[in-house]
Amino acid sequence: MIRLENVSKSFTLHNQGGAVIPVMEGATFDVARGECIALTGNSGAGKSTLMRMIYGNYLTASGTLKVGDVDVARAAPREILTLRQHTLGYVSQFLRVVPRVATLDVVADPLLSVGVARDEAHDRARDLLSRLNIPHTLWSLSPTTFSGGEQQRVNIARGFAHDFPALLLDEPTASLDPTNRETVMGLIEEAKARGAAIIGIFHDSEARMRVADREVNVSQFTPRRVA
Amino acid sequence: MTAPITPLLSVRDLRKTYGHRIGCADVGFDLYPGEVLGIVGESGSGKSTLLSCLAGHLEPDQGEVVFDTRADGPRDTRRMSEPERRMLGRTDWAFVHQHARDGLRMGVSAGGNVGERLMAVGARNYGNIRNEAIDWLGRVEIDETRVDDRPSAFSGGMQQRLQIARNLVTGPRLVFMDEPTGGLDVSVQARLLDLLRGLVRDMGLSAIIVTHDLAVVRLLAHRLMVMKSGHVVEHGLTDQVLDDPQHSYTQLLVSSILQV
Amino acid sequence: MSDYNFAYLDEQTKRMIRRAILKGIAIPGYQVPFASREMPMPYGWGTGGVQVTAACLTPDDTLKVIDQGADDTTNAVSIRKFFQRTAQVATTEKTGKASVIQTRHRIPEEPLREDQILVYQVPIPEPLRFLEPRETETRKMHALEEYGLMHVKLYEDIARHGHIATAYAYPVKVEGRYVMDPSPIPKFDNPKLESAAIQLFGAGREQRIYAIPPFTRVVSLDFEDHPFEASKAAHPCDLCGATHSYLDEVITDDAGGRMFVCSDTDYCTTRQEAGHRGRLSPQEDAA
Repeated sequence: MIRLENVSKSFTLHNQGGAVIPVMEGATFDVARGECIALTGNSGAGKSTLMRMIYGNYLTASGTLKVGDVDVARAAPREILTLRQHTLGYVSQFLRVVPRVATLDVVADPLLSVGVARDEAHDRARDLLSRLNIPHTLWSLSPTTFSGGEQQRVNIARGFAHDFPALLLDEPTASLDPTNRETVMGLIEEAKARGAAIIGIFHDSEARMRVADREVNVSQFTPRRVA
Repeated sequence: MTAPITPLLSVRDLRKTYGHRIGCADVGFDLYPGEVLGIVGESGSGKSTLLSCLAGHLEPDQGEVVFDTRADGPRDTRRMSEPERRMLGRTDWAFVHQHARDGLRMGVSAGGNVGERLMAVGARNYGNIRNEAIDWLGRVEIDETRVDDRPSAFSGGMQQRLQIARNLVTGPRLVFMDEPTGGLDVSVQARLLDLLRGLVRDMGLSAIIVTHDLAVVRLLAHRLMVMKSGHVVEHGLTDQVLDDPQHSYTQLLVSSILQV
Repeated sequence: MSDYNFAYLDEQTKRMIRRAILKGIAIPGYQVPFASREMPMPYGWGTGGVQVTAACLTPDDTLKVIDQGADDTTNAVSIRKFFQRTAQVATTEKTGKASVIQTRHRIPEEPLREDQILVYQVPIPEPLRFLEPRETETRKMHALEEYGLMHVKLYEDIARHGHIATAYAYPVKVEGRYVMDPSPIPKFDNPKLESAAIQLFGAGREQRIYAIPPFTRVVSLDFEDHPFEASKAAHPCDLCGATHSYLDEVITDDAGGRMFVCSDTDYCTTRQEAGHRGRLSPQEDAA
């Protein structure tokens, strides 16, 4: 489902004397349907960078980076948007929403955008919010005023609302209490069971052991720094 | 995934100069149905010139602006006759000005402002026009009781929402917006952005938004063009351009945002 | 030079004005720009109408001049004298006897004939002006037949007053093409714009001439659910008893006394001469 071949990336800092910092080189691995791999490596090794490259948020310098049939490294913005809409989900650590939109709508949004009927989308959103223990009274409010933990759970609910064939999870269980952590583990396992290809970053080693089928150490793709 | 959809607007090699000074040059892009394109850049970067050229308010020196018309498919708007272009301007196109008073008739009631485009395309039933105007006031969150008030009695945010209602009432397919949130205070901006986002999505609108506010484009635009000195220096997915800017100017622009 | 040229204007100027008139007749309702001359009267006193009349008059014509329907008000009297002096034409107060009628703000009640010319004095020829101040823009709107704005004005009327409150200078569409300001005639007169006579409109200050040729279709703008109505005061004339003429309200004392009389003085007099009587008619017959 997800296949990386010889993927590389560097940052050029034009405003700092044009310094070129290579951050990724020769990244090659793939993820099958129903498989979950965990990215490991030290802080700064490029786990999040790689994840963002797969999502098309960061540009890829060279190599192929295929999600389904789409080569994200070369795809037009429009193709990436379609990919994100239908195929590739991303749960980041931070929630970014328009102020004033109710939590229920935030969560239902990915479903609405692929054409699911409003009632059905809201049912699904309610189900997820209940499972993640977001109090009923908050559903009609905008999540911008919620606590950090609540925002994170809303974000997870949003990420899992649509059954994406491929999922990117950036620390989905960080700072969750045991109950909610268990719920998220359950969501990940369900996603795997329905055949989703998942790439995750889990600092929580217990969670990693439980859901990940394999680990890919990103440090091996880190270029030798020419300091 | 990549079905061969016709772009709604296809721009090629667009150029506008003011004497020796370049307004904009070598601009080309495709806008697909339902897409929102943001154009950012500092004052004088040519973004407003570009928008005016696209909307037909300014005559470009060269290039094509091809619009996929309902009746005849893709046509270069520059080669259309003026009546056709103006007809487009009050049916399938809409233009939201930065200053609401440039886009509203300040001496005409809110209902008359919204109804004008309907009457311009032949609506001749007062009751229907009025009901539609009231419906649209509701959609932009203006109370029905204000339908007979003049925009001069409205706050800045309300005027801007009224301008949007006035523009969208004929169900256009392409909306040009010039700094739609400029000059409004932050809470009013948020409300307007949310409203625009909802309308764009519910009506399947395509939009081109010129702004210098990167937060606005992050929320509204799918794609982003960065302009400097009349040229497009970077073009890509909005979040990619903002999070992984490639051009030195974009890097400067992104790093200049004050963090709250 | 001791004498004026016939009808005051020099022949070259009349020629220029006649060309504008012919163009106006050829394009019904279209405002033709013309080089308006200084006339020996102030703007607002009918300088446009006077120039059109001057260009139309021949020595054989009989001229009638009315102001708000009356032959005997200052404006009417002075214009009539002006042409008596500069053109030595015959004048009349009888609508039926006139070949050229210059009018301010009325159309005579008596139906006009094919051999008559009605000349209107026009203050503001542009019907779109109140909502669109730019002349470049209004010209374009006429050229492209973009008349939605005209209905905005009527919409505003209904929104504010519950009905179309425009009572005079009520906009019309001429021969299905140009929207035209019929000059400040009461909307009661609008149906009479479809006439056998040639109707010419002259705006001196604004330098425009336009025309309605005989038997041209003239439609008053309206909404389906608020149709045009040619309204008048719901009274008969207090002098001649006419029930279908346009009436002026005249205050007769400080105690609220008032009377309604025909605004068309010739029409009223003719009726009285024929023996028609109204509520306040002098009772001379009894004597």
